[in-house]
Amino acid sequence: MLVALSEDQAFFRETTARFLSEQAPPDAVRALRHDPTGFERDFWRRGAELGWTSLLVDEQHGGGSISGSGLVDLGLVAYEFGAHAAPGPLVATNVVAAALGAADTHRDVLATLMAGEAVATWCLPGIGAGPGRFETGFAVRREGETLIVRGEARPVEAAVQADHLLVTAEDSGGLSQLLVPAATPGVSVTPLCTVDLTRRYGAVRLDDVRVGPDALVGEAGHAGADVATQYLTTLALLNSESVGAMQSGFDMTVEWAFERYSFGRPLASYQALKHRFADMLSWLEASHAVADAACQAAAERSPEAEELASAAKAFIGQYGAELLQDCVQLHGGIGVTFEHDLHLYLRRLTVDRAMAGTPSEHRRHITGILDAGWGEAA
Amino acid sequence: MSTLRAEQTEEAPLEDLDSFRERARTWIGANLRQVTMEELRWDRANVDEETELARIGREREIQRMLFDAGLAGICFPRAYGGQGLTPAHQRVLNEELVGYEYPRMLQVPTLSPCAAVILEFGTEEQKLRHLPAILKGEELWMQFLSEPSGGSDVAGALTTAVRDGDQWVLNGSKVWTTGAWWSDWGLCLARTNWDVPKHRGLTVFMLPIHQPAIEVHRIEMLNGSREFCQEFMTDVLVPDTDRVGAVDDGWSVGVRWMFHERMLHNSPFVTEAVGAKHSSMYAKVVHDMAVARGTLGDPTVRDLVGEARMLELVGDLLSQRVTESITTGRMSDQAAALVRLFKGSAQTRISTLAFDVSGSEGAAWDDDNVVLSAVNFLMRQAGSIGGGTTEMARNVISERVLNMPRERRLDKDVAFRDVPRGRPSQS
Ligand SMILES: Cc1cc2nc3c(=O)[nH]c(=O)nc-3n(C[C@H](O)[C@H](O)[C@H](O)COP(=O)(O)OP(=O)(O)OC[C@H]3O[C@@H](n4cnc5c(N)ncnc54)[C@H](O)[C@@H]3O)c2cc1C
Repeated sequence: MLVALSEDQAFFRETTARFLSEQAPPDAVRALRHDPTGFERDFWRRGAELGWTSLLVDEQHGGGSISGSGLVDLGLVAYEFGAHAAPGPLVATNVVAAALGAADTHRDVLATLMAGEAVATWCLPGIGAGPGRFETGFAVRREGETLIVRGEARPVEAAVQADHLLVTAEDSGGLSQLLVPAATPGVSVTPLCTVDLTRRYGAVRLDDVRVGPDALVGEAGHAGADVATQYLTTLALLNSESVGAMQSGFDMTVEWAFERYSFGRPLASYQALKHRFADMLSWLEASHAVADAACQAAAERSPEAEELASAAKAFIGQYGAELLQDCVQLHGGIGVTFEHDLHLYLRRLTVDRAMAGTPSEHRRHITGILDAGWGEAA
Repeated sequence: MSTLRAEQTEEAPLEDLDSFRERARTWIGANLRQVTMEELRWDRANVDEETELARIGREREIQRMLFDAGLAGICFPRAYGGQGLTPAHQRVLNEELVGYEYPRMLQVPTLSPCAAVILEFGTEEQKLRHLPAILKGEELWMQFLSEPSGGSDVAGALTTAVRDGDQWVLNGSKVWTTGAWWSDWGLCLARTNWDVPKHRGLTVFMLPIHQPAIEVHRIEMLNGSREFCQEFMTDVLVPDTDRVGAVDDGWSVGVRWMFHERMLHNSPFVTEAVGAKHSSMYAKVVHDMAVARGTLGDPTVRDLVGEARMLELVGDLLSQRVTESITTGRMSDQAAALVRLFKGSAQTRISTLAFDVSGSEGAAWDDDNVVLSAVNFLMRQAGSIGGGTTEMARNVISERVLNMPRERRLDKDVAFRDVPRGRPSQS
C-alpha cells in the first residue's frame, strides 16, 4: 500500500475497512459459502454509496476520485477487499464502469452500475505473448446493421450475477467491444466451481447473439488500446487485493507465533522460524512496493505500466502463494481447517493468482516486452 | 538522516530539481564518455594489476571532475565540500548518469558507509580533513571490520588498540577487505577494553593502509579475482586525533555503520547510474545470452528471462519503498535489512537461472557471456555474504523489525576476555 496516503485517502480506506469488518467479518464470509450469488445486493449497494463503483468514472458521468487518481484510490479498496476476503464483484463491475464512462456510452447502464443496483463483468481475454496482445474467444460479424457475436470465455468473474457482459471480439479491422445484456437470447452462462468462498465464476457462451450497433463500446475495430487499459486496471486491482490477503495472513501468523508455545517457549523464539518470518516480510514489503508502483503506472498510463503490471502479477502470484502456504505450515494442523480464518486469504490469493495470467505467463510476457526493446535476433 | 534534514532548512533556497537536472545533463554530456553495456559488465576477475590501477586512476579523475563541477557529494554539507542538496537531487543525478562512465568503485564503501560514518561521528577537524579529500577522489576508504575469527559478530573484534600517551598502538588482523591494495584509508573497529562486555569495549579508528606496520596480502577468490585482502597489523601507531567517537563507545558508531552498510547502493550518499525507468543489469545479460545461443524461443528460457527482470524490478521498487519509509519515519532504520535480504536472495536466484540459460555450455565454452554465467554461478553466494550475511539480515528483521525474542547469547554480561571463542578461519 502507498507509503504516503493523503488524509482523504487514509480516511476513505479506513471507512471501507471499518465497513467490511462490520458487514463482512469472517463468519459472514463463511456463511456465504453455498450462496449461489456470493454476496448480498444490499451489501453491494451500500458499498457503492461508499464510492466502490464510481472511482474510475469521471465527474461528468457522476463519478470522481479522492486523490485525482481513481485507480490508486480503488486500489485501496481492492487492498481492503483482500485483507477481509470480502464478497462483491469489485474488479468486474469497476472495469466495465470505467470502459463505459471512457467511451461515453450506455449512460443508463453506467448509472445503475454506479448505484450498485446492477452488476457487470468483462469477459476477460487471455494475455497474449507480446506487448499489448490479447487472445479473445469471441468474433463478431455483420448482417446489415446487426452485429452477430459468437464465441466463449472462461472463467469469467461474476458472470452468473452479471446483468451486463462486456465482450471483446475479433472484428474485421481489429478488436471491437460490445455491451451485451445477460438476458439477450443466445447468451448462456454456466456456473463453474472455485475455491474462493464468495467469488463466483462462470463460463460465458454467445451463440450468434444479435445486437444493434448501439451495443458497441468505443469505436468498432479500434478497441485495442481500451482493452489494454482494461487489462492494466484488472491486474492492478487483482494485485492490490492479493497484497491485502497476504498482509492479513501474515499478521495473523505473527500474532500466532507469539502466542503459541512449544517446548516451553513461543514459536517466535525459534531462529529457524524467525528466519522464515524475515523472508516472508521481505516478500510482503516487496509485494506492496511492486503493487503500488504498478497501480500508479497504470493510473498514469506510463510507458512502463505493462511491464510493471506483469512483474507485479508474476511476483505476487508466486511469492504471495508461498507466503500464505508458509503461514499455513507455521500454524500446524489448525491451519488446514475450515474453522480457522487463515484459509479465507489463501483462497482469495489462489484465485487471483490464477486469473488474468499465471505467474509463468506473466514472466514470459515480460520477456515479450524485453524482446520489443532489446531485439530478438542475435 | 538528521544531518540531511538540518542541512535543508539551513541552506534555503535549494537549487530546484529541474535546473539541477539541466545543469547535470549539460555537464555530463559535455564531459563524460558514454559507455556500452559490455564495458559495464567488465569482468574484474581477469584483469591484470596495471589495468586495474589504470581504472582506479580514471575513477579518481572523474570524481575530481564531478567535484569541480559541483556534482560530487550531493547530500554532503557544503562545509565539507558537498552540495548540501537532497536525496531527490541525488536521484536526478543517478538518472542523468545512465549510459555514462562514473566512478563506480569509489561509491561503496568509500562514500557509504565510510564517509557517512565520518560525517555522523567525526570531529570538525576530521570532517574537514577527510570529507573534501574523499569527494575529490583523493582518498579511497575501506572498512576494516571482519576478522579471521568472525565477521557476522562484528562486535567480537579481536584487533586490539592500547593507549600510549596521545596515540594508540594497534595489533591484529582484518580480512575480506575488497580492494584494500589500491585503497588509501581504513576505518577500523578495534577492541580497547577486554574487561567489559563485548559491546562496551570497542573503539573506531582511521588509519592509512599503506604503511610499514601494515602488511596487505591478497587472496584469490573463486572467480580468479585477487581483490580480497587480509591486513596484518603489527604495532600500528594511530594518533588519538584519528579516533572516531568516544573511547570504548565504538558500538554506537558501529550500529549506524551497519545501517549505512545495509543501505547499500540505496544510500543517498552513493551515486549509482540508475534510471527513473528501471534500467537493467542482469536481465539484459540473460536475454543477450538467450539471443546468442538461439534459445530465446524456448518457453522455459522465456520464463527464466522474465523472472530475472521481475526480480530486478521488484528489488528496485522495494529499495525505493524502504528508503522512503525510513526517511519519513514510517519504518525504523532496521528495515534496511529487508532490502539487503531481498537483493541477496534475488541475486542468488538470478545467478542460477542465468547459468541454466547458458545450457550445457555452462560446463565448457568459447563464448564470453557463458564464461560470465559460469563464473558468476560459482560466486553465487558472495552477494549473500558480503556486506553482512543474509542470515544476519534475517536476525535483524525478526528481532528488530518484528520484535521477536532475541537469540540466547553467551557473551552478554561477561567480560569479553571470558567469552568462548572458536578457531579463526584460515586464509
Ligand atoms: C565479496 C565480499 C566483500 C567483502 N568485503 C568486506 C570488506 O570490505 N570489509 C570487511 O570488513 N568485510 C568484508 N567482507 C566480509 C563479510 O562482511 C563477512 O564475510 C560476513 O560478515 C560474514 O562473516 P564471516 O565470513 O566471518 O562468516 P561467519 O560470521 O563466521 O558466519 C558463517 C556462517 O554462519 C552464519 N551465522 C553466523 N552467525 C549467525 C547467527 N547469529 N545467526 C545465524 N547465522 C549465523 C553466517 O550467516 C554464515 O552463513 C566481504 C565479504 C565478501 C563475500
